[in-house]
Amino acid sequence: MPEKIIGQVQRVNGPVITVDNVTDASMMDLVYVGEDHLIGELVKLDGTSATVQVYEDTTGLCPFENVYGTSLPLSVELGPGLIGSIYDGIQRPLSRLREICGDTIAKGVVSKALDRTKKWEFTPVVAVSDTVHPGSVIGTVQETSRILHRILVPLTLGDLKDQFTVVSISDIAEYSVDETVCVVEDDEGERHSLTLMHSWSIRKPRKVKERKPLSIPLITGQRVIDMLFPLAKGGTVAIPGGFGTGKTMTQHAIASWCDADIIVYIGCGERGNEMTDVLREFPKLIDPYTGKSLMERTILIANTSNMPVSAREASIYTGITLAEYYRDQGYHVAVMADSTSRWAEALRELSGRMEEMPAEEGFPAYLPTRIAEFYERAGRMETLSAMEGSVSIIGAVSPPGGDFSEPVTQHTKRFVRCFWGLDRSLASSRHYPAISWLDSYSEYVDEVAPWWEQKGEGNWKSARQEIMNLLQKEVRLQQIVKLVGPDALPDSQNFILEVCSMFKTAFLQQNAFDDIDKYSSIEKQLGMLNVILTYWKVGSAAIEKGLPIVRVKRMKVTQEIARMRFSISDDNLEELDKITVRLERQISRLGEMYEA
Amino acid sequence: MKHNIEMNKIERSLLKGREYIGAQKIEGPLVYMRNTHAVGYGELVEVSDKDGKTRTGQVLDTSSDVVVVQLFEGTDGLSIPSTRMRFMGEPFNLPVSKGMLGRVMNGLGRPRDASSLPAGEDSMNINGLPINPTAREYPQDFIQTGVSVIDGLTTLIQGQKLPIFSGNGLPHNQLAAQIARQAKVLSQDSDFSIVFAAMGVKYDVARFFIDSFESSGVLDNVAFFLSLADDPSIERTITPRSALTLAEHLAFTHDKQVLVIMTDMTNYCESLREISTLRGEIPSRKGYPGYLYSNLAELYERSGKLLGHGGSITQLPILTMPNDDISHPIPDLTGYITEGQIVFDREMYSRGIYPPINGLPSLSRLMKDGIGDGMTRKDHPHLANQLFASYSHVKDVRNLASVIGEEELTTLDHQYLDFGAKFENEFVYQRFDENRSIEQTLDLGWEALKTLPAEELQRVSEDELKEFYGG
Repeated sequence: MPEKIIGQVQRVNGPVITVDNVTDASMMDLVYVGEDHLIGELVKLDGTSATVQVYEDTTGLCPFENVYGTSLPLSVELGPGLIGSIYDGIQRPLSRLREICGDTIAKGVVSKALDRTKKWEFTPVVAVSDTVHPGSVIGTVQETSRILHRILVPLTLGDLKDQFTVVSISDIAEYSVDETVCVVEDDEGERHSLTLMHSWSIRKPRKVKERKPLSIPLITGQRVIDMLFPLAKGGTVAIPGGFGTGKTMTQHAIASWCDADIIVYIGCGERGNEMTDVLREFPKLIDPYTGKSLMERTILIANTSNMPVSAREASIYTGITLAEYYRDQGYHVAVMADSTSRWAEALRELSGRMEEMPAEEGFPAYLPTRIAEFYERAGRMETLSAMEGSVSIIGAVSPPGGDFSEPVTQHTKRFVRCFWGLDRSLASSRHYPAISWLDSYSEYVDEVAPWWEQKGEGNWKSARQEIMNLLQKEVRLQQIVKLVGPDALPDSQNFILEVCSMFKTAFLQQNAFDDIDKYSSIEKQLGMLNVILTYWKVGSAAIEKGLPIVRVKRMKVTQEIARMRFSISDDNLEELDKITVRLERQISRLGEMYEA
Repeated sequence: MKHNIEMNKIERSLLKGREYIGAQKIEGPLVYMRNTHAVGYGELVEVSDKDGKTRTGQVLDTSSDVVVVQLFEGTDGLSIPSTRMRFMGEPFNLPVSKGMLGRVMNGLGRPRDASSLPAGEDSMNINGLPINPTAREYPQDFIQTGVSVIDGLTTLIQGQKLPIFSGNGLPHNQLAAQIARQAKVLSQDSDFSIVFAAMGVKYDVARFFIDSFESSGVLDNVAFFLSLADDPSIERTITPRSALTLAEHLAFTHDKQVLVIMTDMTNYCESLREISTLRGEIPSRKGYPGYLYSNLAELYERSGKLLGHGGSITQLPILTMPNDDISHPIPDLTGYITEGQIVFDREMYSRGIYPPINGLPSLSRLMKDGIGDGMTRKDHPHLANQLFASYSHVKDVRNLASVIGEEELTTLDHQYLDFGAKFENEFVYQRFDENRSIEQTLDLGWEALKTLPAEELQRVSEDELKEFYGG
């Protein structure tokens, strides 16, 4: 990269530095600061002075040291080799850094994101004199056993309307990422060499042809989500919750079991051991859809809480850019951002150091704009190469004190369409996932309902509505119970409490560490829901006729219902029907006995 | 103004250690100095007054015209014309050695008694460097603390950071001392080395710990970093960093198992707020600086295990929640960084229960991988889950009883009340010097559950019911 001196350090205040005598620089340029070449980004220009946020520890940096400009924005490398890697917030490969500088991350260490020594087998899909445009597929590389990496004409070359002619294209052969595999010529006769990789600025959304309706659910295998508060492919959801309510656990469960093709997991300002846990667990876990290791579809971005704060700010954009790149190859990508609050706090810290006027709770006034820009990068798209892909964003929010009225939660709520509120009291009684059925909502219910109908699971929406109604009734009844005790309620109302309590323990709770319970296929989920609704229907009918509630509760089959999430695996779902049969039989026998 | 690279290097080496006389402004622990050479951010500074008394400081902000230095040992006696300042040209390094075990030092790692410390085996930057997540080894070795409610419900794992959220007047010091005395990794023989950092605590609290370690005969294995209540408050911001630097040296150079006790984190955060306010920074919640989270993370994340090293750092920070409020920024941000928390309950303490740990808000995030078959006992995960679920129902029943009266409760509800009493009085309660094995702890848990009918125990498997609950 051509570097030139653009100025000298004037002031160092933590990760924010001021540069003097600035001659030739533009906003958001990538710069190298001082003789250690610390990576930074130019965020403010004022006359001949500029402000740079530095992505590394600035200890030891002195005034008058030189700042070097690159005239390029902060970018990521896109190409084969991303899957299965772990990067920091500015896409430095952490395993490579460990080889270079050991157990801790030293300053000024540079390493390319993509391994230049590794060879990939390239298979062309275009021929000489074909016409291509930016975003077209020119060939493929088998990146992992489940991901076919499609090599695209870089979007940096122009737009959909810009036509290029293929001048030369390689045969099937092995290449490293920076070797030329194809040469194209534009209409002015200028030639461009294409390699397996290209760069893209992290702050600029990648272009697509058009947005499509969000009508396909992202199946997560988590019952409370798929049945009650579904997320669509290309949708956005926020998971707010105080500490210990299970945000990270929920994110891990979705990253493990959802039916996306690719997972980008951004550990933004969180614990180091959590990333280690993912690194340790994912290679061992097997994806239920393809039978392949989960690491073969996962990219990790780890900027833990003790790593420099400005790189934390960038990590979210690095992650979403990688996600968009795989979307453009026709994949469904799910981005886990854990946690967006830490990213917002990084914004606040940097804003404070730049002495900007704060808005609410010290956050900068542009916080909502930044949140909106981030979530708008999600969506189900028709790509430039006329394929379909999507980016779904699952953003954890860590509200201070678990109070959802704070700015980050509130602003996030404005820009997401699905909300899974985690509840401290559920978490305290170890009801996991602690997603509250009262605070949460999903605007995708109506949009994904037709998908369920097409699947032949027509009663999804009505079953969902029925159980939601019961849960609403239960809240009101619980208020009465708190005042006068359960015995004051008639049996018919007490049975609502019983069914809801059964629904919570037997359905909503899901044990992430149990081999059977950790993932439920949609067939099992619907089957289980129907068992509980049958329990409600036949039970309440019998109680109406005068059967005492204790007799209903003491039926042997209720124990089976309570344990069905552990005892019935996805291979023998007919057991669920058998439970329904036994349930109906036992109730009718009780009814007869009682009438007699 | 044009300096080229070579010039810079030469200049810096020449100017290293140069002394300046006369400050521009002195405010609290901060000294402002004009017209210096180019001083590095975070550089170590030595400041002396007219009597020649020197103190240590660090560069907090540097620019071409003014340098801000924070002094860890206070600014008393400094005057504008006579202040002498020497910039050392290097970051704050602490000479560390195994010989620091058994010694009492101040927050900067200098001996509090007259005798000098053994020569450092290494000199390490007290801020440490962030650990590469790929170099970490996931902690999963069970530490038996001998305290039932911790071992059973919020299991401590070697390499974990597990804070105690306490309140003023609650026995957190006793519990920390008890854990330090009894902690043991069942699969290993080696004992824990203890690094103790006291920030702004009273002399008698420090004395209590010293006596307690002395009576259990481990004093030679403890390094104390004491910055007491009457020491300059600014020293507290450096104390945990000194302590963790030594801990890292012991754990990753000498392969020792290190337990770091830090008390009281609330005082540490208050010192940070003090400096931040003095510098006129924009405050976030309750006047604490916006970088409190990152700052605390720089401390708490210095724990764990590294691949290829035998040692580990387990952190047991203690903080007193102002007004017992768990949503206060200090416990709140701590809880977001640490791997769980042990929460004290004033009401339990006033009922005479020691340790007064409220199991419900308490949590150990790492316990899932450190318990069960081959590590503690196969019934442990489900048993813990069941105890949580049942005990949380006890709270509901107690609330109900306080509204409608105990007489009105159903038989089952009465059984829950009995379970609650038995759980608190036999499982949770234990003496300060009582060291229970994990088997005893789990058996006590089952004993308590026996007050409930088997149908209520849906979190444990049928086999476990048969084996441990009995007929």
